[in-house]
Amino acid sequence: MSEKDVILEVRNLSVHFDIPAGGLFGGHKVLKAVKDVSFDLHAGETLGIVGESGCGKSTLSRAIIRLIQASGGESKWMGKDILKMSPKELVGLRKDIQMIFQDPLASLNPRMTAGAIIAEPLLIHYPNVNKAERTARVAEMMQKVGLSPSMINKYPHEFSGGQCQRIGIARALITKPKLIVCDEAVSALDVSVQAQVINLLMDLQKEFGVSLLFIAHDIAVVRHIAQRIMVLYFGEVVEIGDSEQVVMAPRHDYTKKLIASVPVPDPKEEMKRREERRRLRREAAAAAA
Amino acid sequence: MPGITGKDQVLSTYADKLSALDAPKGRSLTQDALRRLTRNKAAVVSIGVLVLIVLVAFIGPYFVPWGYSQVDWSNIRKPPNFEALHYLGTDQNGRDMLARVLQGTQMSLIVAAVATLVSVFIGVIYGAVAGYFGGRVDAIMMRIVDVMYALPYILFVIILVVMFGRNPVLLFVGIGAIEWLTMARIVRGQTLTLKEREFVEAARASGAKPFTIIMRHIVPNLTGPVVIYATLTIPEIIIAESFLSYLGLGVQEPQTSLGTLISAGAPVAEVMPWLLLAPAAVLVTMLFCLTYVGDGLRDALDPKDR
Amino acid sequence: MALLEVKNLKVDFDTQDGVVHAVRDLSYTLEKGKTLAIVGESGSGKTQGAFALMGLLPKNGRATGSVMFDGKEILNLPLRQINEYRAARIGIIFQDPMTSLNPYLRISRQMTEVLERHKGMSHSAALAESVRFLDAVRIPDAKNRVHMYPHEFSGGMRQRVMIAMSLLCGPELLIADEPTTALDVTVQAEIIDLLVDLQEDFGASIILITHDLGIVAGTCEDTLVMFDGKVMEYRKTEDLFANPEHPYTQGLLSAVPRLDKKVERLSTVSYEFMSQRGEA
Repeated sequence: MSEKDVILEVRNLSVHFDIPAGGLFGGHKVLKAVKDVSFDLHAGETLGIVGESGCGKSTLSRAIIRLIQASGGESKWMGKDILKMSPKELVGLRKDIQMIFQDPLASLNPRMTAGAIIAEPLLIHYPNVNKAERTARVAEMMQKVGLSPSMINKYPHEFSGGQCQRIGIARALITKPKLIVCDEAVSALDVSVQAQVINLLMDLQKEFGVSLLFIAHDIAVVRHIAQRIMVLYFGEVVEIGDSEQVVMAPRHDYTKKLIASVPVPDPKEEMKRREERRRLRREAAAAAA
Repeated sequence: MPGITGKDQVLSTYADKLSALDAPKGRSLTQDALRRLTRNKAAVVSIGVLVLIVLVAFIGPYFVPWGYSQVDWSNIRKPPNFEALHYLGTDQNGRDMLARVLQGTQMSLIVAAVATLVSVFIGVIYGAVAGYFGGRVDAIMMRIVDVMYALPYILFVIILVVMFGRNPVLLFVGIGAIEWLTMARIVRGQTLTLKEREFVEAARASGAKPFTIIMRHIVPNLTGPVVIYATLTIPEIIIAESFLSYLGLGVQEPQTSLGTLISAGAPVAEVMPWLLLAPAAVLVTMLFCLTYVGDGLRDALDPKDR
Repeated sequence: MALLEVKNLKVDFDTQDGVVHAVRDLSYTLEKGKTLAIVGESGSGKTQGAFALMGLLPKNGRATGSVMFDGKEILNLPLRQINEYRAARIGIIFQDPMTSLNPYLRISRQMTEVLERHKGMSHSAALAESVRFLDAVRIPDAKNRVHMYPHEFSGGMRQRVMIAMSLLCGPELLIADEPTTALDVTVQAEIIDLLVDLQEDFGASIILITHDLGIVAGTCEDTLVMFDGKVMEYRKTEDLFANPEHPYTQGLLSAVPRLDKKVERLSTVSYEFMSQRGEA
């Protein structure tokens, strides 16, 4: 891929949180949630960010698009640093970068209809579009994500988990963004529903040519959907590379452990992997002693 | 009008299809809650009784042969007497008790309604703004609330009366202005949890402005606690009004309110029990009903808590 | 004789919107020292089926059928009698260890209490035994950590404590309800490996309830797949994975992205099942 293709350039991004150390005059502890993260994202590409709970992957994704304040570094969108954008530029950016969240139901306002939820970004970014066109667009998008437009007046609690996530995807796509940040977008779904949503996301990505930042703790899912994988561990990038390379030939010890830990639905293979895990554990114990 | 992507042809076919398609209405949370509420017998009966009280209080006076300030010189301090058309008797000044109870109920209801509306309006906006913005804004706004809590509200009402004279409207504003403090605290607490919810973050990620987020995403989701607290505020306000009237700061003769009637009837309860019983019965019924409605609403709006 | 024999178990819940059939028909047998996995997605009734046999259903739940434990009927026993089985002969591991650990008591107190009550041990003996069990679940520095409070442990460590507690009285049957769902993959692998090792050491029978076919593969002898309260497939794990017979099992197996195989597109569970879940 050429240099021109890069749409997002993250350089040395750090996020620190001040945590009260307790007591009235206890002062503050600094928690470094994200440390010196750098990567490029190309147009139309899916980059997977993998890590376990508390590794800072969600914090990182929100800092990149300035939903939370970064402490240092830069995050350049089409050559312009998001962290230094004016409020007006930021609103324009929100049209180009959308998000999909983990909890399908919690990410939808329970008091709004599916139609109103999907239409909200349109309302913000295209206030001049009339109601008929807005409804038409919402209906079109609902059909694209596999929802019947006849459900436009239903409320979130009347949908199943997978359908709620489809509403979330429709909301993210309605402004035709160039990048979608998926924060554990399929983690809360049941296996059968998860497969459907993953397929849908991949189809839509092809159709709209949108880039994805796909954040998840499940490296098997990430490998399936992403061309490149970045592994985060305690806020630091320990490995970044092509999906196949990271999964088949991991370089960093943590990545190795992570991959050895993922269960495989094959009894014989899983027995072998258990032996491998036992070996790794013994090695680690020996190294510690 | 030009579309966003210029796919007007596709869109117009969609629009055509849509107008043909009659999308069924969904069940909103409010409708769900109402459905649950109607299954609660105590609440339904209470609502019926309350509606009846409101109707009688506002329409009844037109059918009562006596006005609330009209003196019947031939019947002073008389127990209920159907021949003279004093169904609940007369007070020490010969005024018809039924007319006075109706007028008093009316007054108490108006005070409660206006003061509750004022407190809900101010409390919700103030609390939601403080909670949503958080940090220093929150700290300053909530310290102001703390300071106002510390002011004795009697003093506050007296100052108002001194400045603007005796005026029932002032009374409403005065009580409402005190009641919103608790509402603001409750709303702020709820907002703090609401703003961490993913749908609020989704709105922020979509580029919604803070005001839009508060009005569209936070406030509608506050309905539950606000409605419940409001039903509990109404009896509180009725009692506060009674207290102020008792001190002579509230409703003034010849107008009356339930609180005034009760405080007038209490000292003579042994000799003229009808002066106390009638207004007390209305007040107690109202408070009971409001409590049941509040309970019913809590169960209906928060089904998880049962 | 089988340790546990469940026959035609049904679980119904009375709700405002009518009766919900959580478990429609569940039958299985578990031999001594064997492991059984009950696999299903949310709403399949896998958890309710297991909780029913322990008398752990909420008030509006009803269980019918038969559950023979060690030759005796235990379904719907009065609380006093079922309590003799709980903890002493049947241990439970919950998804969230905090639901069964008291946050205000030290681990030592919670563990010794069980031993003192059920086994009549002296306090010092019970404490020594507790430390031994914490050692067995590979909690480093167990001697000192036994005196800590639950919140001082990480999620994985807490689940280990939970496992140690459920093993304290030497139960014959261990029911683990999604024991690793709330944990990270690396921790999950450790906990599952630990369960396998412990099973070899302690010889308890295990029922592992999970949604994850992956952790079943290397762990359990038999696998039972549930959907909509019914048994879809109940076979030896090896056969089930090598050659799934039921279309639902086939669908489920091919819907998971796997690390050992790369596919272009995930296949999905067939329409008939998805429409039942309201996802079609």
